[in-house]
Amino acid sequence: MAHVPEPDRSDLSRRDFLARSAAMSAATVAVGVWPAGPAAAAGPAPPANNLVDVTLRVNGRPHQLRLDPRTTLLDTLRERLHLTGTKKGCDRGQCGACTVHVDGRRVLACLTLAASLRDRAVTTIEGLAPGGDLHPMQQAFIDHDGFQCGFCTPGQIMSAVALLREGHAGSDDEIREFMSGNLCRCGAYPTIVDAVKAVGPRGGSN
Amino acid sequence: MRAFTFDTPATVADAVAQAGDGSAYLAGGTTLVDLMKLDAMTPTRVLDINRLPMRGIRLEGARLSVGALERMSDVADHPMVRARYPVVAEALLRSASPQVRNMASIGGNLLQRTRCGYFRDPDTPCNKRAPGTGCPARDGHNRAHAILGTSNDCVATHPSDLAVALVALDASVLLRNRTGERIVRLDDIYRLPENTPHLENQLHPGELLTEVSIPALDWARRSTYVKVRDRQSYEFALTSAAVALDVRGGMIRNARVAAGGVGTKPWRLPAVERALTGRPMRLDTFESAVAHAADGARPLAHNRFKPALLRRTIVRALTGLED
Repeated sequence: MAHVPEPDRSDLSRRDFLARSAAMSAATVAVGVWPAGPAAAAGPAPPANNLVDVTLRVNGRPHQLRLDPRTTLLDTLRERLHLTGTKKGCDRGQCGACTVHVDGRRVLACLTLAASLRDRAVTTIEGLAPGGDLHPMQQAFIDHDGFQCGFCTPGQIMSAVALLREGHAGSDDEIREFMSGNLCRCGAYPTIVDAVKAVGPRGGSN
Repeated sequence: MRAFTFDTPATVADAVAQAGDGSAYLAGGTTLVDLMKLDAMTPTRVLDINRLPMRGIRLEGARLSVGALERMSDVADHPMVRARYPVVAEALLRSASPQVRNMASIGGNLLQRTRCGYFRDPDTPCNKRAPGTGCPARDGHNRAHAILGTSNDCVATHPSDLAVALVALDASVLLRNRTGERIVRLDDIYRLPENTPHLENQLHPGELLTEVSIPALDWARRSTYVKVRDRQSYEFALTSAAVALDVRGGMIRNARVAAGGVGTKPWRLPAVERALTGRPMRLDTFESAVAHAADGARPLAHNRFKPALLRRTIVRALTGLED
């Protein structure tokens, strides 16, 4: 099951927590007894200055980036481009908090390597509506109380906008099925369905 | 995640020429990036194959050809797939989530690694990830594990729903290597774990799956996929059944049956197919035909329910094909 961090009192404490978690898991790996998979058996180690140049289009703007190839789209958005609307929940493709659109399709930013997105168009929650406006789906989530803590909300909204574009809002059951990749630990599911229904089939544009 | 170099080969020939020890192909990334983060897979070189011309869904003669880079969602939505092979579309739509289906390629889906929690955790032994270290699943958390095709060294299931449907349909895959290409029946690709569970398939090192080919089967229009799981959506199978029936005048002329969630590979059930053939399309036929569906099963402490659940899953799938 995906572990979604609670929203903390301050951004600083959440970052501190995540950094410490990462350090702890790295330490665990370092002392692990068991060797890694067969793929580790051979192959030259990468050079120290192992970086790739990537041009990413995010919310209509091109960004020239030099990245470690391990960098996910999620970390690129949050740590390099400071677009922190896209959330890191499980970071394992299980919770949907990091849902963004690539070339108009909803995908998981945590399982996407940024280096694989050369010249592709990424849309995040920040780019869903022009200027300071709200997308109709954002407004509907407010109007229908489609969240409590709000951590999963950007991913829910990106998924919901794509769901309408895909034509999967035919019934409550269909909405629930096609929103199943977005977990909400507060349990706002009924009002999320209300919000999606309220926008209706015209809400898929962005 | 361990460091790796990243390359984007321009052609299929370049890709297989660049592949070597420690390399991994990247398509949708939903398996590879996940397992690299867990240190369960640690390639030193990643070859991004997404720009390669392994796309398209088209008829080739009577067969349906599907490029290996086609995404799960696009295959599931394709009119020819939905009309000719409903079992394929249904298996795909009951897999993963919409986001994952938009990302994951069908080649990667067929070659995805097991979801066994011990395989995914490098701090535990696992004969599949680290040969010779042991199998904690045999006496551990094994509710979701396999009951068919298991060995003392490994009881992990193959997690793909699509593979179960395609094995039922006798699909083949096209494999490209440095010296040429070859066509292999999908069912023959998968190996039983025996005492080498780290060898999961018959692909040679660096070989690339480029295309899936599904034979013509007129009566596969009457086919379906039933999946039983702990949650209604976004969960792997405890048991599943892919079935297709050729029914004329109330009699079953031909049958295809394969099971998922129970085997160390997608599990075709020829004995059940034979027991259905030539019999009337009725519930008592289904119930007697599945009597031997789990023959040879070796249930574990926490999945003793699986043989009975498998039989019921197949009966439910067959019942769904009645007019």
